[in-house]
Amino acid sequence: MTRAGRSQPDESTGQQAPADLYDRSPCGLLSTRADGTILTVNATLLGWLGREREELVGKCRFVDLLGVGDRIYHETHYAPLLSMQGSIAGVAAELRTAGGDRLPVLLASRLRSDAGVEVIHTAVVEARDRRGYERELLRARESADRERDRAQRLARVLQRSLLPPRLPTLPGMTTAAHYHPASADEVGGDFYDLFRLPDDRWGFFLGDVCGKGPEAAALTSLARYTLRSTATHEHDHAVLLRTVNAVLRQEEHDAAAAQCTVVFGSLRVDEGRSIVRLASAGHPPPLLIGADGTARYLDLLGGQVLGAIDNPTIAVATVELRFGDTLVLYSDGLTEARIDTGRNRYEEERLLAFATSLAPASPTAVVASIQSLLTQFGDGVDDDVAVLALGVPPASNDAASAR
Amino acid sequence: MEASRRFNVQQSGNPGGPLLVLAHGFGCDQNMWRMVRPLLEPTCRVVTFDYIGAGGSDLSAWDAERYSNLDGYAADVVELCRKLDLRDAVFVGHSVSATIGVLAAPVVPERITRLVLVTPSPCFVDDGDYRGGFSRDDIDELLTSLESNYLGWSATMAPVIMGNPDRPVLGQELTNSFCRMSPDIARVFARATFLADNRADLDGVTVPTLIVQCAHDAIAPREVGDYVHDHIRGSRLVTLDATGHCPQLSAPDETAAAILRFVATS
Repeated sequence: MTRAGRSQPDESTGQQAPADLYDRSPCGLLSTRADGTILTVNATLLGWLGREREELVGKCRFVDLLGVGDRIYHETHYAPLLSMQGSIAGVAAELRTAGGDRLPVLLASRLRSDAGVEVIHTAVVEARDRRGYERELLRARESADRERDRAQRLARVLQRSLLPPRLPTLPGMTTAAHYHPASADEVGGDFYDLFRLPDDRWGFFLGDVCGKGPEAAALTSLARYTLRSTATHEHDHAVLLRTVNAVLRQEEHDAAAAQCTVVFGSLRVDEGRSIVRLASAGHPPPLLIGADGTARYLDLLGGQVLGAIDNPTIAVATVELRFGDTLVLYSDGLTEARIDTGRNRYEEERLLAFATSLAPASPTAVVASIQSLLTQFGDGVDDDVAVLALGVPPASNDAASAR
Repeated sequence: MEASRRFNVQQSGNPGGPLLVLAHGFGCDQNMWRMVRPLLEPTCRVVTFDYIGAGGSDLSAWDAERYSNLDGYAADVVELCRKLDLRDAVFVGHSVSATIGVLAAPVVPERITRLVLVTPSPCFVDDGDYRGGFSRDDIDELLTSLESNYLGWSATMAPVIMGNPDRPVLGQELTNSFCRMSPDIARVFARATFLADNRADLDGVTVPTLIVQCAHDAIAPREVGDYVHDHIRGSRLVTLDATGHCPQLSAPDETAAAILRFVATS
């Protein structure tokens, strides 16, 4: 007579379930002594390893099942953590099978004390798919890192191509410039240049195009070359900037994107008295740091941004640079830097006070001071900052007495 | 930053007793000493610290170049001894720290006057007749193992771990909160540790030295302990009936006893 109800759970199969669950569990199970000697191991793990119970129990230590790299990891990380925490989970390792294959697994262990004897219970989960997935993730991250490096390199090169590699030497004057990119990933929209013009004149400009990235770089390039080429024949700075405006207006750009602010200037170097003619299209006013220890903003307000409307208003001014005077052009990334842990902006008043504290100062000294100011601001600088300074060195004693 | 904060220095024990500096090895931090420490404290002054990059050290002081070889760590031990004005100390170095101690001791002879080398290995990689226990490929496998185990470390945890000490600590101790180390730092430390060959430096040790090894150690087998014993003049060797590479955890009583006996009799 066969026993009835084989298909129905009865008391006897219910009692066998824990033993069956141990031996045929979907995860590998083993228990070891504190020194790693295997005490028990379930059939699942034996099956994965292709080993017989007699080969392992009492004869083999858990670390012997691991590859060498994992063995070191086990000794330096796994065992100490298990000992200190009493448990550890989620550790990736590879088991060596009898056939010499590697089986990727995840390990979890718990330290138990059985009648004063320490026992380590370990569960082994097969993790071939998960490890494959993790490797994919790792590869994806590595490739993202590489791409990011490439993008940064491109941004750096592009940025450099939009700035003069070095400033030309002006006889009887000193110059200095600095570019502070707000982000390593993106090309900024600030630009400056200093270049020779016909008739012993020199032209210079510092501007800021709307936006960032490749579009801004293209626009910067357009503005910069239009400024330089127009300046070779156009002496009227207001007309010059309106030409740039017209060119920007022709750009088939998205909405209001093709816009920029700029200060353009030209000068002829004259012994200690260089006359500088300036024009501004919506750009922050330049600073004049005087030999007499004062500093002031030039009256160049009222100009309008280029590219926004036809015939914008252009503000013009003339200033005389004497011995020891320094003219400073900058972009609004400097005055709009966040200070006091983000509560305030640096603003033009603070910049003026800072410039006054420096006066008198050479272009090199001014640019160096602004550089350290930017370092001090740290993350507070949201936007790129460009600075261009031109000055006449202080008179030597002979020159001063001759004046 | 002050050296004691940079290295997360912890001092305890008997201020009048002999001075022990316990230095952790690769894979963990000063928590490694938590079981032997209470056994040493009644009679000794105990100083523990974390190497830069480990545990509660100042991670901003970490530098891939400086810590790419053991000289950088040895220079830190020298600096620590000077800044804390430690004198006549017994430097107890576990695993790679044993080698770091060997490098640091001759630089500050008045400060480190004795060495205890716990499961030392001056060179893990086999070389000619020398058996370090591993091949170069094995070490590369370890580095892969480190890559796939970001235990207790994630981009979101990093700021908390690196955050300033004034910041409130998380209420609950995190899983695997001991021995956390950024994978980038671990990789550099692993290379510095397992590719080092400081066998020639053993001759430079002139201070009384105790070598503590385990009978069954998969990382630093007994031959390696014997090698160190043979190459440090006048050194003592104690072999504990213990398994594993970390006797301060697997056999804390025996480890502490060996240290105390050496301190009392050398």
